[in-house]
Amino acid sequence: MHFTINGTLYQVEVDNRVSLLDLLREHLALTGSKKGCDHGQCGACTILINGRRINSCLSLAVMHQDDDITTIEGLGSPEDLHPLQAAFVSHDGYQCGYCTPGQICSAVGMLDELKKGWPSHVSPSLRDVDLNDDEISERMSGNICRCSAYPNIVDAIRDVAAAQA
Amino acid sequence: MSDTNNLVMDLPVPSSLLDIGAQGLIGKPLSRSEGPLKVTGRATYSAEYAIPDLAYGYLVGAKFGRGKITRVDADAVRGLPGVIDVITDFATFIRNPQQGGESKAPAQGVKDVQYFGEIVAIVLAESYEAARDAGERLVVEYEEAEGRFDFEALKADSEKGTFNNIPGYFHQGDLDRAVADAHASVDVVYTTPSQNSAAMEPHASIAVWEEGTLTLYGSYQMPSSDKLQLAKALGVSAKKVRIIAVYIGGGFGSKLGVAPESVAAAVAAKQLGRPIKAVMTRPQVFETTVRRASTEQRVRFSVDAEARLTGVGHETKTSNLPGESFFEPAGVGTHFAYPGDNRVINHDIVRLNLLLAGSMRAPGEASGMMATEAALDELCHKIGLDPIEFWRRNEPKEAPEEKVPWSTRQLLRCMEEGAERFGWDVRNPEPAQVRDGEWLVGMGMAAAVRSNMLMKSAATVSIDPDGRATIATDMTDIGTGTYTILGQIAGELLGLPLDRISVNLGDTNSPPGAGSGGSWGAGSSGSSVYLACERLRERLAAAMGCVPDELTLKDGIATARNRQIALAELVGEGLEATGQIAPGDMETQRKQASYGAHFAEVGVNATTGEVRVRRMLGVFSAGRILNAKTARSQCLGGMTFGIGAALTEDLVHDPRNGKVVNHDLGEYHVPVNADVPQLEVHFLTERDQFANPLQAKGIGELGISGAGAAIGNAVFNATGIRVRDYPITLDKLLDQLPPI
Repeated sequence: MHFTINGTLYQVEVDNRVSLLDLLREHLALTGSKKGCDHGQCGACTILINGRRINSCLSLAVMHQDDDITTIEGLGSPEDLHPLQAAFVSHDGYQCGYCTPGQICSAVGMLDELKKGWPSHVSPSLRDVDLNDDEISERMSGNICRCSAYPNIVDAIRDVAAAQA
Repeated sequence: MSDTNNLVMDLPVPSSLLDIGAQGLIGKPLSRSEGPLKVTGRATYSAEYAIPDLAYGYLVGAKFGRGKITRVDADAVRGLPGVIDVITDFATFIRNPQQGGESKAPAQGVKDVQYFGEIVAIVLAESYEAARDAGERLVVEYEEAEGRFDFEALKADSEKGTFNNIPGYFHQGDLDRAVADAHASVDVVYTTPSQNSAAMEPHASIAVWEEGTLTLYGSYQMPSSDKLQLAKALGVSAKKVRIIAVYIGGGFGSKLGVAPESVAAAVAAKQLGRPIKAVMTRPQVFETTVRRASTEQRVRFSVDAEARLTGVGHETKTSNLPGESFFEPAGVGTHFAYPGDNRVINHDIVRLNLLLAGSMRAPGEASGMMATEAALDELCHKIGLDPIEFWRRNEPKEAPEEKVPWSTRQLLRCMEEGAERFGWDVRNPEPAQVRDGEWLVGMGMAAAVRSNMLMKSAATVSIDPDGRATIATDMTDIGTGTYTILGQIAGELLGLPLDRISVNLGDTNSPPGAGSGGSWGAGSSGSSVYLACERLRERLAAAMGCVPDELTLKDGIATARNRQIALAELVGEGLEATGQIAPGDMETQRKQASYGAHFAEVGVNATTGEVRVRRMLGVFSAGRILNAKTARSQCLGGMTFGIGAALTEDLVHDPRNGKVVNHDLGEYHVPVNADVPQLEVHFLTERDQFANPLQAKGIGELGISGAGAAIGNAVFNATGIRVRDYPITLDKLLDQLPPI
C-alpha cells in the first residue's frame, strides 16, 4: 500500500494488525508520535490525516491507502520550528516532552476546526464560536499532560492563534 | 587531567559564586535547552532507540490475585507465526519494582504470585503484533490461594511501621491529656485512595548484551542506583551494567527503582542472544509498577484559649506488600509544620496483596497534608478564626521536635502575600453564602511544606580547546528542567552562554548523580556542577596569574588585572574537573524545608454537585530559584496533581482479588486541560545558605503539598459540606447540598 507522510511517498507492505502509530514508530522510524496508552485515551499519538487530527493508535495502518499524513516531524525541525512548536518552547508548554508532539499536532488540527467554525461543548451556541481560553482548554482536553503544562499550553496556542488572526 | 572538588555540607555557604557570576543566566526564565528536540519529536525516549536485530517482548501478567503458577503452556504459542520463544524465569523475574535509591535487588521470584498483574512471563517475537497476540493467548495455569485484598476488612490487623525517612512511631508529651484539657479540639478521620503516577511514557526497557555487558535503555529516574539493583537482580557485577536514560517521559516516583520490564527484557535478551524491547501496556503500568498507598488518617489538634496549638496527633494506617518496609509517610510534614508540645505521629502498615506501595510525588506530604490542612480548617471554622490568623499565632520559632533553628521558613509570608494577591479578604467565612448562577462558590487555603533533602551527587565539567564546556553526570531530566539549570549554573560560573555548553545526562558511564526524586535533583546535582566549576575557576585563575576572586568570566572571555584572554586560549589542551557534594551536619543542625501557601476558588454546581476549580494561586519559598520558567512549571504540575487528588484520582482495587479495576487513563481520571484554570504561581525571594552552595531548595513536590486540602476547604466554604473521603466526587456531595 502507499501513502504520503510529511510530503514523502511511502510504499510499504504491512501486517493488517499494525496500528498506524506502530507503523510510524516501529516500521518507519518516525518516533515523534508517542504511545502513551494505545487506547485512544491520552492523545500522545495525535497526528494529522488529510489535515484532520486523529489518534493514530486507534487506526490500523491498512486503512490509510493514499492518505496524506502529517506527523510532528513534518511540522518543523529544530532549526526551523513551526510557530506552534516555537510557542510551546517559549511558553514552556511541556515538561517531560512525551505528550508534546500529540499536543502540537492536536493544536494544529484544533485551530483549523475553530477557523471552520465548528462548535464545541463550551461554545455558547452552534453558530457562536469564538477563540478564547475556555474553547482552547475544552478542545485540547483529549491530550493529557501529566506534567500538567496546561496553562502554558493554552498560552502558547492563544499566542499563535492571535498571530494568525 | 581531572581533579575532584568535594564538599560535605557541614557548614553554611553564606556567599555563593552564583551571585558574582557575570553571565546573567541564573534565575532567568530561560526556555529549556532541549526544547526544540522535544517539540519536533526528535528527543529519543527509551523505547525509541533503533537497535539492529531487535526482537519484541510482550509482558504477561498473572490474572489472579494470589496463588501458585502450576504450568505455563508455552508450546501452544511457540508455533504461532513470528513467535520466537516464551521466557519464564520464575526465580529471576522481579515480583515488584524496587523503591528509589536502594542498592539491593527488588523482591524476586514470581512463581508464588502476590498480586494481580504480577509479571510472570515474556513472549518474544519478530514483531510487536505477533508478541502481543501470543502474549494474550498464553495460558498460565495456577492454583489460587487466599489473599489479603480488602483494606477495610483487614485494617485492624496491622504492624508498626519501621523507619522510613521518619520513625514509624513518635510520641512526645501527653496528647490525650492535651485534648481533654483543650479549649477546643478536633478529632477527625480522613481517607485518601491509592493513586498512580500515570506518567505519559509507559515503563520501557531495551536490553542489549554485548560480550557479557548489559546496556539497558530504560526509562528510569535514578540510573546510578537502578544500575546496582539491576545488576543484583541479574547476578552480575555492577561494572557489567550500563543504564541509558537520556529522555524520560515523566516519572513522579514511578520510575525511581527498576521495574519488572527491565529484568524480564534483560533475562530474555541474554537467553535469546538478541536485543529485546519490552514496553509495558498502559494497564500494566497501573497494575505492576507502583501506587501511592491509600491511607486512613486520624488527625487531632488541640488549642488553648488563645488558639495556640497544645497537641498534634496524626495517626496513619496504610498498606503494602508482604516484606516491603516502605510505608506512606503521611506524617512527615506534620513533624515540623505544626507546633504543640504534646504529639503523636504514628504509621501502621496493613499487609495486602496489592501492587507495590511506594513513592509518588511528595510521598507523605501530598496525602498527609490533605488530612492535616483540612482538619486545621475544621478547627479554625469551629473557633471562628481565619486560618492565616491561626498561623500568625502558631508559627513556630524553631523546629518543634528537634528544637533546632529553621534554615529558612517563610510560611507566613507566603500566606500573607497569597492572601493579598488572591483577594482572600473578600471570602465569607460562613459557608454556603455565595452564589453565582447555578454555582455555589467558595474559597479555601492551605499551607504547603515539603522537607528539603541533599543527596550525594557527582558531575564532571570540562572545557574543550575550542572554549566549549561539557557537563557529564548520570543525573536525569524527567521534565524537571535539569538540562537547562545545569547549563545555567555552569554558564554563570564559567562565563559561557548556554549554546556553548553541552549537558550530557542519563548515562551511568558518567559520574553518579543524585537522580530525580524527592525534589533533591536541582540542589544536589546542581551543586556538583557548581563544585566542578569552582575548581575550574581556580585553574583558570592560575592560568591568568591571579586569584579566583579577581577573575571575571563572561561570554567566553576571562578578564583579570586588565588582561583579557579567550577561554579557548586559556585552557590549552582542555581542562576538566569533577565536583561532588554530600550531605553533612547542616542536615541536622538546621531544619530545612520549602514552604508555600495555596489559595483556591471553586464552584460547586448547586444541582449536580460537580466541582470546578475556578481560580488557584500558590506562593512558594524554596531558596534561590534557578530558572523562573521551569520552576514555575514544576509548581503548576504539583498544583494540578493536587486538583486530581482532591477531585478525581482514585485507584480502585477489587476487594475480591486486588485487581486494579480502573487500569487505564479512561477510567483513572487525571486532570485534563479543561479541569485546570490558568493557575498563578509566585515565588518569594529567598536564599538558603544551609541547604547547598546554590542556596536553592527543592520545588518539584512543594506544589502538590497542601494543594488538595485548599480545594477541599474551598468546597466546604462553598457548600458547608466537609468530605473527609478523598476524592471529592459529586456523589459525596449530592445528598447534602443546600436546598436550591
